[in-house]
Amino acid sequence: MRIEEIVHLINGKVISGKAFLNKTIENGFASDLMSDVLTLDSDDIILITGLSNMQVIRTAEMSDIACVIVARNKNVSEQMVKLADDCDIVIIKSSCTVFKVVGELYKNGIKPIY
Amino acid sequence: MHLEYNIQGGDFSNAGTASSAIKKVLKQLMSNQKIIRKVVVALYETEVNIVAHAFSGKISVDIDVDKIIINAKDRGPGISDIEMAMENGYSTASDEVREMGFGAGMGLANIKNNSSKFEIKSEVGVGTELLIIVNLK
Repeated sequence: MRIEEIVHLINGKVISGKAFLNKTIENGFASDLMSDVLTLDSDDIILITGLSNMQVIRTAEMSDIACVIVARNKNVSEQMVKLADDCDIVIIKSSCTVFKVVGELYKNGIKPIY
Repeated sequence: MHLEYNIQGGDFSNAGTASSAIKKVLKQLMSNQKIIRKVVVALYETEVNIVAHAFSGKISVDIDVDKIIINAKDRGPGISDIEMAMENGYSTASDEVREMGFGAGMGLANIKNNSSKFEIKSEVGVGTELLIIVNLK
């Protein structure tokens, strides 16, 4: 699924990486625990999280995650946006809960990794 | 090629800058994304550990034709029971570390999982030293 379609599904707002909305993503992973994200060995993941800090974007950078959804409209700092732009990472902010975002994406064909 | 980075303990907003710089160098030198990810994830876990637990540390990376050698040495409290620290789920991390999304006691085991060779030495009250080797073939 293209990132742009994901944005529509969750009524999201793109706050970094606007140039990459055409990228397609097949798999999803939801966690607030970055240690857990770092154990994944998979390409094409979208990360859904309720956590919003620099280490979320750093973790995405290290794990080759192209897109991060920050649920429940958590504040995303300027520093995070700058880092995401540097690393070509799309950040989508959504007012939906993690549960709702995951449900919408799963229903529309985004697959779990395991 | 030899790279070296100094890491400041407690500096959470900058945790990952060294790993990020090393990733940029690796991407210029090699194309195997899976290998780069292994190296960079091991590095980042190491860097977060130093920031989370030590006063200061140094990470050095040697990029060879057939392997990447990472040496990380910190000045810090050290680890009294390495066997326990290697176990998934054991952690002495502070609340601050947990709020960043870490401190679940998974880091050292994940570093080992991503390396071809892993060695850890630690002295209580002095510091901890890691040797991580990732084979490229």
